[in-house]
Amino acid sequence: MGILSWTLLIPLFGGILMMLIPSRDSYSEKSSASIYGWIALGITTLAMVVSIFMLINFDNSADGYQFQEKFEWIPQFGLNYHLGIDGISILLFMLTTIIMPFSVLSSFKYIQKRKKEYYIWLLFLEFTMLGAFVALNLFIFYIFWELMLIPMFFLIGIWGGPKRIYATVKFVLFTVVGSLMMLAGIVYLAILARNTFGEFTFEFEQLMKLNIPLQTQLWLFAAFALAFAIKVPMFPFHTWLPDAHVEAPTAGSVILAGVLLKMGGYGFIRLGIPLFGDAALQAAPLMQLLAVIGIVYGACLALAQSDLKKLVAYSSISHLGYVMLGLFALTPEAIQGSILQMVNHGISTGALFALVGMIYERRHTREIADFGGLAYRLPLFSVAFMIITLSSVALPGTNGFIGEFLILLGSFKAAWAQYLAHQQVFGLVLMVFATSGVILGAYYMLWMVQRVFFGPLNNDKNKNLKDLSFREMVVLIPFIIFVFWIGLFPKSYLTKMEKSVNSYVEQYQPQELKQKLTVPDEHEGLAEKSTEIIKTKP
Amino acid sequence: MENSLILIIVLLPLAGALLNGIVAAANAYRKKEIWGEKISGILAFSTVALSFILSMYAVFVKMAGAEAIACTPYQWMTAGGLNVNITFMIDHLSAVMLLVVTGVSAVIHFYSIGYIHGDKSSVRYFTYLNLFVFAMLLLILGDSMPVMFVGWEGVGLCSYLLIGFWYKEDEKAAAGKKAFIVNRIGDFGFLLGMFLIFANVGSLAIADVNEYFHQHNSMTFFWTNVAAICLFIGATGKSAQIPLYVWLPDAMAGPTPVSALIHAATMVTAGVYMVCRFHGVYLAAPVAMQVVLWVGGLTALFSATIALYQNDIKKVLAYSTVSQLGFMFMAAGAGAFVIAIFHLMTHAFFKACLFLGSGSVIHAMGGEQDIRYMGGLKKFMPATFLTFTLATLAIAGFPPFAGFFSKDEILWNVFASGHGNKIVWLIGMVAALCTAFYMFRLVYLTFFGSFRGSRQQEHHLHESPKTMTVPLMILAALSVVGGWIGIPKLLSFGAIPNYFHDYLEPTLSKYGHVHIDHYSHATEYALMALSVAIAFAGWLLARMLFRELKYRLPDPATYTGISRLLWNKYFIDEIYMKFIVNPIKYLSTNIFLNIADKKIIDGAANGSASGWKWVAVLLSFFQSGNIQAYGFYMLFGATIAFIFALFLF
Repeated sequence: MGILSWTLLIPLFGGILMMLIPSRDSYSEKSSASIYGWIALGITTLAMVVSIFMLINFDNSADGYQFQEKFEWIPQFGLNYHLGIDGISILLFMLTTIIMPFSVLSSFKYIQKRKKEYYIWLLFLEFTMLGAFVALNLFIFYIFWELMLIPMFFLIGIWGGPKRIYATVKFVLFTVVGSLMMLAGIVYLAILARNTFGEFTFEFEQLMKLNIPLQTQLWLFAAFALAFAIKVPMFPFHTWLPDAHVEAPTAGSVILAGVLLKMGGYGFIRLGIPLFGDAALQAAPLMQLLAVIGIVYGACLALAQSDLKKLVAYSSISHLGYVMLGLFALTPEAIQGSILQMVNHGISTGALFALVGMIYERRHTREIADFGGLAYRLPLFSVAFMIITLSSVALPGTNGFIGEFLILLGSFKAAWAQYLAHQQVFGLVLMVFATSGVILGAYYMLWMVQRVFFGPLNNDKNKNLKDLSFREMVVLIPFIIFVFWIGLFPKSYLTKMEKSVNSYVEQYQPQELKQKLTVPDEHEGLAEKSTEIIKTKP
Repeated sequence: MENSLILIIVLLPLAGALLNGIVAAANAYRKKEIWGEKISGILAFSTVALSFILSMYAVFVKMAGAEAIACTPYQWMTAGGLNVNITFMIDHLSAVMLLVVTGVSAVIHFYSIGYIHGDKSSVRYFTYLNLFVFAMLLLILGDSMPVMFVGWEGVGLCSYLLIGFWYKEDEKAAAGKKAFIVNRIGDFGFLLGMFLIFANVGSLAIADVNEYFHQHNSMTFFWTNVAAICLFIGATGKSAQIPLYVWLPDAMAGPTPVSALIHAATMVTAGVYMVCRFHGVYLAAPVAMQVVLWVGGLTALFSATIALYQNDIKKVLAYSTVSQLGFMFMAAGAGAFVIAIFHLMTHAFFKACLFLGSGSVIHAMGGEQDIRYMGGLKKFMPATFLTFTLATLAIAGFPPFAGFFSKDEILWNVFASGHGNKIVWLIGMVAALCTAFYMFRLVYLTFFGSFRGSRQQEHHLHESPKTMTVPLMILAALSVVGGWIGIPKLLSFGAIPNYFHDYLEPTLSKYGHVHIDHYSHATEYALMALSVAIAFAGWLLARMLFRELKYRLPDPATYTGISRLLWNKYFIDEIYMKFIVNPIKYLSTNIFLNIADKKIIDGAANGSASGWKWVAVLLSFFQSGNIQAYGFYMLFGATIAFIFALFLF
């Protein structure tokens, strides 16, 4: 068994092990941290440590999958347990293993009922999410993809807020509608594969060799895209997200924003575009349009919210719009930016949900109007919130900037090439709207900060709040470290995926774009010249 | 690493900020002070002062004779064709900026020690102030657009934090937010310009970009100008020009030294610096140059007229700053980049002096900022009065004070340059007249006549402590002599070299010259005399009206006509509120949220769910449990099937 399987199986067996621990009466337990919490923390930390070992051994210069494992499961149908990781998935995989211990830690106080069950579901959730990122067999991927729903269903449905049943049913129904379409598409693909290769196969690499006529591709792409777009979520399939976020317990929200939403983007980049390349190119303008609508629309809706958590949820829609915009630009800058932005969004939005959870634990309200002047009472909390806010509005020097900048830059480059090739301004107009997201983003976030943290401390209930505890600082400090680490030294992150993304772009970028994009090479001499000028010191 | 000296210059203020920041957080966590205002103030001041001294060493010793020195600590990001190094470069342009910024910052840090004395959050104050200097240095020294942009938004962040420094008052927090958002509108333009440039140039290093537009430009005339105008939108945000100037007057909510440092001397001039930095781009874009010229000219006049009617001492200075920045852009638009930077420098001296002087006055007045309640202060605070007056003479353009040389040259260039324009020149002259008038109005109302405030305030009047008056004297001295390094050859008959011009000209004409129309020396002398005459006219008018104020100034509420329009700043804020901000809020809440999201999208989702529910209800009627009914359905179905089969086959 390889290291990937170990990382996957640690939370799975950990969860099973926890089931076997005789249950104490966890209903009446009052202590803030229970034995189950500590066990879950240990298990997720172990998985994190193992994954870090894997990261250390990851070869940046290799192109293609690493740490592959393959076992036959039902060979008659081409079902193999096939795992592997490459530059596209490694950051998302690491994000998951790193975010889990901190989500566990942030639940210690919030979760007061049925603790054992809660942590078991969290561990199962980790198992399924990790599996989806490393599966190289479409069927296995689908199993992980669908399994993910079950823990999330219970997490929101049992430990959620007052409207949790509505939210969880909505979440599951939306997702299942998309997934079933994808399942139909998968079956069709398998049949196509049998007709071509003479046997069933679900291996990614085999399926990508299929030559599918454009018309069929479009239908299949639509089926897959629906599943992914709902998960992202893209406009207009986003309405499940605010409800799910608002009702979910803090850790649920952190994981939902931090990892689950990445599944959609990952699906597009791993499957949607490679499997149906021609169809994806045809659909790219539409997808980019929806992405840009998502950016602006999500930001406007965030502006209109009076509930902190809802505001953060809508901001997610806006941020993920950037991710989708970049993925369909198909330039290396934009795709690297998109993958990094998925990670960034996991960090900054995950941290925001953790912060909102902390304030909710103190005041049992999330209405912005109930706050005001908190900076005076909670200086450390405010500083942490401010830093994460700045990361969310993509201030240069924080992680958010690198992602957004690369996406916008790369997408603009593609739009410009389109303009030069066809004299079409559609792409450029889209870019103007997409870039306007930086204004709206600053508006809704800073307005919220002003109403929550600044102004007079009028509400008597806010006058005796306690600042961050040691445990809460342990939860927040890693997020803050990553904010600046990625913001100031993004190179180590970008080189991890560089090789994979470059060969990806090489394969799927449209021909005309490639030609147009080579134009700047004429001026290659410039860079050397400018350094020469600098070096003229005697 | 080569030239790691530059790195030290940049990192010193950051180190100060980090240290003070950690102490501020630890103070909050442990609920007792590790160190207070004294140590943090001295720490902050000494990092910046040291940075200034090292900058002098770097510029005058290490760089002597060289065109530029640079240092590259590490590679920041690489993706596809993008390759951005963190590189700090000092060339002659950034050298001037570096000295002005670190020098003025050091003086103002020193002043702050006295000013912020007694404030509980002083550690936080010095943290932000140091962080600002760091960001400003990134902006100046960054040799590629993204690094510059880090500084560009970084100074915006510090400005936001410092305007809202006393965040307990809602208006101050709101002013900070407004500054950030309006600046973001500018940054939106800057970003688009950057993308457009990258798509064509394939590099974002400043030298590459200028070189491309100078030599290899393959963009069409239209897109070249679009790129330059996009960058200029960024400049209008940061440097408070029409239409994005609205944040600067509100920014006066911050502590006065902040107004002096950020909102007068350094940050707001970043736009001018940026335009000069990219002069290669602008020289290739004549339409954009015209836009810069006109926007600068109109802003200069527009805000000078608003300043005529303001009664808040800091607001007058704020509008004056907007106006003076307009002058700088006029120079840049006319292609006189050297003069733009020259005015930037002299303005940094006299405007910082004026703001710090106003801080000293406000300090003495116990927080009062309304000049209607001042008067006769000269006998209570002679040092403040003297320095304030010297700086006023400089800004009004009296020879031989610093402002005279720079302003006169701007007007001359607008008059004579090939990119210039006689109408804009006239606008500039009128703006200069207004400047002299409102500044002397301010001086007379504040320092002359009899005291008009309350008895209690009068009792409290005192000269400020040495920590505050010494910086005033330094800056006043610079306001007097600062212009002498740039005396035009025409005035000194070639006897004194124009040091400033000679130092900067090679750097700022690397990518082409601007044609200056030929005029006789007589014309030049005449214009010079005219601009001096205008300064005198403004002074005399103000003296006549305000020297011995016998009457009480009218209540602004009773203003009508033009005075009402000017007092209300042309109602621009109200117009923006009504036609931009409120529609966005309305659209978001009432259309997007309540109709599109709740009714249409969720309506469709919930509707299809309840639709299925109705189908289920309908179908459940058939599940009646009645055997006879089931038998009937079977018979009915079988009959239908039979008929179908009959017809089909």
